[in-house]
Amino acid sequence: MENKRIQNLTSVVFLLALFALVIFLEQVIKPTDTMAMLLTVTKKSAVYALVAVSMNLLNGFTGLFSLGQAGFMLMGAYTYAIFTIESERRDSVYYYFDQVVNVSLPETLGGALGSVGWLVGVLLAIILGGLVAAGVAYLIGFPVLRLKSDYLAIATLGFAEIIRAIFQWRMLGPVTNAANPLKSYVRLSDFKIGTGDAAINISTFVAVLLAVVCIGIIVMLINSSYGRAFKAIREDEVAAEAMGINLYKHKQIAFCISSFFAGVGGAMLAMFANTVQANNFKSNMTFEILLIVVLGGIGSVSGSCIAAVFFIFASEWWLRGLDSGRFLGIFAPGIFRNGFRLVIFSVGIMLVILFFRRGLMGDKELPYYVKWIKDKLTTQKPKAGEANG
Amino acid sequence: MAENVLRLEDVTMQFGGVVALDNFSMEVNKDEIVALIGPNGAGKTTAFNCITGVYEPTNGRVSLHGEVIVENHPQGKMKALYKGENDGKYTNVVSHTPDRITYRGIARTFQNIRLFKALTVYENVLIAKHMRARQNVFSATFRLNAKEERRMRDEAMALLEEQNLVHLKDSIASSLPYGLQRRLEIARALATEPSIILLDEPAAGMNPQETMELTSFIRQIREEYKLTVFMIEHHMDLVMKISDRIYVLDFGKQISHGTPSEVQNDQKVIDAYLGVVEDAED
Repeated sequence: MENKRIQNLTSVVFLLALFALVIFLEQVIKPTDTMAMLLTVTKKSAVYALVAVSMNLLNGFTGLFSLGQAGFMLMGAYTYAIFTIESERRDSVYYYFDQVVNVSLPETLGGALGSVGWLVGVLLAIILGGLVAAGVAYLIGFPVLRLKSDYLAIATLGFAEIIRAIFQWRMLGPVTNAANPLKSYVRLSDFKIGTGDAAINISTFVAVLLAVVCIGIIVMLINSSYGRAFKAIREDEVAAEAMGINLYKHKQIAFCISSFFAGVGGAMLAMFANTVQANNFKSNMTFEILLIVVLGGIGSVSGSCIAAVFFIFASEWWLRGLDSGRFLGIFAPGIFRNGFRLVIFSVGIMLVILFFRRGLMGDKELPYYVKWIKDKLTTQKPKAGEANG
Repeated sequence: MAENVLRLEDVTMQFGGVVALDNFSMEVNKDEIVALIGPNGAGKTTAFNCITGVYEPTNGRVSLHGEVIVENHPQGKMKALYKGENDGKYTNVVSHTPDRITYRGIARTFQNIRLFKALTVYENVLIAKHMRARQNVFSATFRLNAKEERRMRDEAMALLEEQNLVHLKDSIASSLPYGLQRRLEIARALATEPSIILLDEPAAGMNPQETMELTSFIRQIREEYKLTVFMIEHHMDLVMKISDRIYVLDFGKQISHGTPSEVQNDQKVIDAYLGVVEDAED
């Protein structure tokens, strides 16, 4: 009990420090700095960390190998965007169609309640995005969750592609704007305290905060009785059923919750990316997320977060120089040209998989390794004392 | 008359043309220890699977405390293929998934231990408590019903204490020695708060010393948890010492039934185990 309290306290302190650091960096770094990239990749890795953890809930903790993440993100992103587009700009966004949805949640609530209402409106739109994804997951779950392993993966992958095709369908244009991008909705960069030049930008903080809250909820779920039931299903379906766990119901719960947070992640990706287009949510995106989950360790939440940060930082920032000719101060446009980044990146991933077969963290969490290092240090000390004595 | 806990009537399980269990009827009364024996492939585990809902029997009925939990009759393709007896006697179809049957009070262990291998001993028992917890996903996630969670933990802990597994609470289930894995599997089954426990070869792979301990252990859990025990076993020492009644199966058919001494002296049982007299020269 005492141990657990210390552990909880440590995580709270750690998170507060993280928030403080993010806010601090956000104020210090000017948009023109070379370090400005740090903020951008932090935002994106927050989104990917959330989606990777939601995928891990399904693949790592419940043992359902699902590849539908991009489809659920797409639904979250679209729902969010549709319900937050500024009413003045609606006509220019829906240029080819007569738009059906004429509500902007942040504007409606903002008009009634001021800036608090605006914030509530944005949050509502995000949650609505998650709910739409979860609702569709519930329906897809009826046929799909009867399948196992690879077959489940293929079926969910197929459904994700179908969802993408449906959202691009011309007949749905009045709602989804068909294949045209949605824009002019509330973005991360709209999160400011104050107005004009003196405004304090808190967009990175908002992204990190949202991701942390959502991941926190997933962790609480995993540590609850339901999380244990999920793990039981992963370990042995026959035994789980003999212990009174309703397989179908629990798989459905895990699938819906995972999709809910994928939807929230999709909404956050929309906020980050400034435009939403169904074409961006290809199966490629699912595989990027799967890669993060595998790199971090299947069944480790902190592993997924760490891997998401490394993956996004490397692919979007550190290795970008390989595309443009300059990397680590070496200027060699002959070698470092378009595509070379992908070569290095693949080699790096292969190395990680070679040396960490079960991912960076295996199925353990960060506190386990902290304790492991601590144990190593404390067992070494008496030895040194003996040598002196 | 003793109270009927479990009753099987004309249970027949046919896989394609193979009749694995043929018109098997039996009953287990309250507080009894009943054993089901028979040579390999006699249909013992099939009988267990029919009771616990893993298989749907082709024909027949299973009831628990007088309530029908499984009932079926030959349907569709099976109608023409059916080789057993008493088709047409049962008209209802009652079918539950294994979890519903466990909820009604039948717990079981498996022939080849099926623990949640990568989880700890404590978690293994705690998972079995999930079924009877009064909570939903929302209240469980946000700890709105902390009392319920604490009750689950306390009960699981108490059970581990009773089974002398407390010191192993945090070890991974697959790292336990074989005998303890068996014991943990039984503890986990007890955690579902059953009225009858089905043990599938609890002494398999145990040495004589461990088998002795198991004998007293089974008696002890019957007393302490007011359980009825129904088990499959090959160790005749154990079976003869502990059972109140024994059913003997061979090729899916019941060939004998009675007290241990009656069964021991039944020529049909001796034939089934040793082969018919002409062949049994050694």
